[in-house]
Amino acid sequence: MRHIISLLMENESGALSRVSGLFSARGYNIESLTVAPTEDPTLSRMTIVTSGSDEIIEQIIKQLNKLIDVVKVLDLNDGRFIERELMIVKVKANAQYRDEMKRMCDIFRGRIIDVSDSSFTIEITGSSSKLDAYIESIDEAAILETVRTGASGIGRGDRILKV
Amino acid sequence: MGSNYISGAEIVIRCLHEEKVKFVFGYPGGAVLNIYDAVFQQNKFKHVLVRHEQAAVHAADAYSRSTGKVGVALVTSGPGATNAVTGIATAYMDSIPMVIISGQVPTYAIGQDAFQECDTVGITRPCVKHNFLVKDIKDIASTMKKAFYVAASGRPGPVLVDIPKDITAEKYEFSYPKTVHLRSYNPIIKGHSGQIKKALLLLLDAKRPMVYSGGGVVLGDASNQLTKFVRTLGSPITSTLMGLGGFPASDKQFLGMLGMHGTYEANMAMQECDVLLAVGARFDDRVIGNPEHFLSKPKTIIHIDIDPSSISKRVKIDVPIVGDVISVLTELNDLLSKEKIKQNASLKPWFKEIDQWRSTNCLNFKNDKKLIKPQFVIQTLHKITKGDAFITSDVGQHQMWAAQYYPFDKPRRWINSGGLGTMGVGLPYAMGTQLAHPDAKVACVTGEASIQMCIQELSTCKQFHLPIKIINLNNRYMGMVRQWQEFFYGNRYAESYMEALPDFVKLAESYGHVGMKIEKPSDVEPALKEAFSSKLKERLVFMDFITDQKENVFPMVPNGKGLSEMIIAEDL
Ligand SMILES: Cc1ncc(C[n+]2csc(CCOP(=O)(O)OP(=O)(O)O)c2C)c(N)n1
Ligand SMILES: [Mg+2]
Repeated sequence: MRHIISLLMENESGALSRVSGLFSARGYNIESLTVAPTEDPTLSRMTIVTSGSDEIIEQIIKQLNKLIDVVKVLDLNDGRFIERELMIVKVKANAQYRDEMKRMCDIFRGRIIDVSDSSFTIEITGSSSKLDAYIESIDEAAILETVRTGASGIGRGDRILKV
Repeated sequence: MGSNYISGAEIVIRCLHEEKVKFVFGYPGGAVLNIYDAVFQQNKFKHVLVRHEQAAVHAADAYSRSTGKVGVALVTSGPGATNAVTGIATAYMDSIPMVIISGQVPTYAIGQDAFQECDTVGITRPCVKHNFLVKDIKDIASTMKKAFYVAASGRPGPVLVDIPKDITAEKYEFSYPKTVHLRSYNPIIKGHSGQIKKALLLLLDAKRPMVYSGGGVVLGDASNQLTKFVRTLGSPITSTLMGLGGFPASDKQFLGMLGMHGTYEANMAMQECDVLLAVGARFDDRVIGNPEHFLSKPKTIIHIDIDPSSISKRVKIDVPIVGDVISVLTELNDLLSKEKIKQNASLKPWFKEIDQWRSTNCLNFKNDKKLIKPQFVIQTLHKITKGDAFITSDVGQHQMWAAQYYPFDKPRRWINSGGLGTMGVGLPYAMGTQLAHPDAKVACVTGEASIQMCIQELSTCKQFHLPIKIINLNNRYMGMVRQWQEFFYGNRYAESYMEALPDFVKLAESYGHVGMKIEKPSDVEPALKEAFSSKLKERLVFMDFITDQKENVFPMVPNGKGLSEMIIAEDL
């Protein structure tokens, strides 16, 4: 099953490679991995999207906790959570595609953030599956370039990951 | 600058003094010249100059294995650090607390492909418990404090501190932190009382209880507590290769080692028990073989371990207890002394069954008039040393024979590379052990292939007057490789014959030691007696035993098979 794991770790050089090294050394999947500092500059927050059986996910959580630089780990799938990913897509917007691209952008609640004679640059946020759905909905030939941030997630309500 | 400002190199040394380090095993080079200059000007610890950095780390590792203290190694940047990697990975696999200090090129040269630069922190990351690159002289003392703390606490392991050369030359005030706190690292010591109680009730209710103890018992210095508990419980007990000595082998409750080359009775009891207590062990592939086969006979499994990630890794655990083995076993003993146990009348049928397995005498072997049987050498070694020596070993058949035929009654007496299985450890392990225990008998059981992987250390042994007894079980083969080729590769002995062997007697003599060649079974005991006699008490003796080339290690659980699918000697 797909899991989103959030973790707080010391904002130190090398910390990221300890986490990514763990995944490659033990053969765990990484669908995406994002990391950035938090409001506390000594801490970084990382979101890892992975998949595996319950046993593998349990091992992943334990192995992450074992890393000395990792302060806290939370499997968001253990409770209710919100997932968001940002995608920026550059699509063809010549006469053939212009209307269609505008319409699909609206349907997926995206925003056109840059325009040229022949292209739109569109930003869309949502769960990773929503972004996948957008890509599937438009004509493949119209896609010029895509860039995705990978998913971030946060617990709903009182579920808080903090030191 | 105040007068209490000292160089970074001196700070490193002062940290080692604060940690009461007695030995540093190392090898100098450009990036650590400042540190070596500071080593020269102190006498609180002894520096042991090895002949290869791999041996420095192995020796420091054995110092730790045989004493429980943190071992320390010091190497230079680049090749010094890469040579140390095998030693570090070996210690990591067996959870040995160590601090390795490596020199690094100056901070301003890092990333420039400088002379003898390598990304030591990057290279060692997967085989250390943690590592640090110190970028500021202000951080040396606190980093060293953290390194020793992380190495020794929780599930122990090697920690590397990489120190650029410029920082060792700068000056700063020395102050060693009294305490250390890492918000991200809080090993759990005390086990969950509810789980402990539950475990005890299960064990007391069991008809076929079994205890399986591992290296964690030795590392956690919990062998007294384990022994007390198992004796009161009255159950049979087995041990992994790494746990030998954690429970006295001469006790009748002990079934011998389990696993790939474990005894028939230990493996069968593991398979057939109804409640299993695992203490400081990790159910690895060489121990339980195929996990599905292992679980095909239903059993309730209790697992005590300090490392949560060891629990339910290969086998699903019913009652996990995360905690320090000594603390959990103490709590179990306290509880047990309160419970009214019926004196094990109910375990009689279980032991009857076990006795039947025992009666296969799976470690029996036939002595020969002409050929020296390796097992016989180990048995005689046990007799001559009265079972009270420190035994180090290399990796191969000789290692298994040492484990099978030298019963250990005390922990920290059996020093070998279990997890990584590193050939070459035997001699440096004996060095670290002998330095830690100058008056003890230390024997290195090795093979003619393994010993050549760190043979240069005979020179270190000469320099430091280490009276190690080397028991070379010379079968002219990489025996363990040959055994697998015989069983599983149709006797095609690809590259496992040891051609062009040196004359080990002359080799030993050229290093200034005593050499002996033993070719007849009747000479085995007299030779060992002589080697351990007071006449040769101060000398390293290299004993080259020319053994039966085709001897195999039995019993054997073939790779990927189940514990009850052993090959016993007679089966073949
Ligand atoms: C560094 C290293 N390389 C290769 C191996 C694989 N290996 C395991 S046992 C063995 C043969 C050991 O031969 P020897 O030291 O003569 O011991 P014997 O098995 O003959 O007793 C080899 C090559 C290893 N364990 N370590
Ligand atoms: Mg051999």
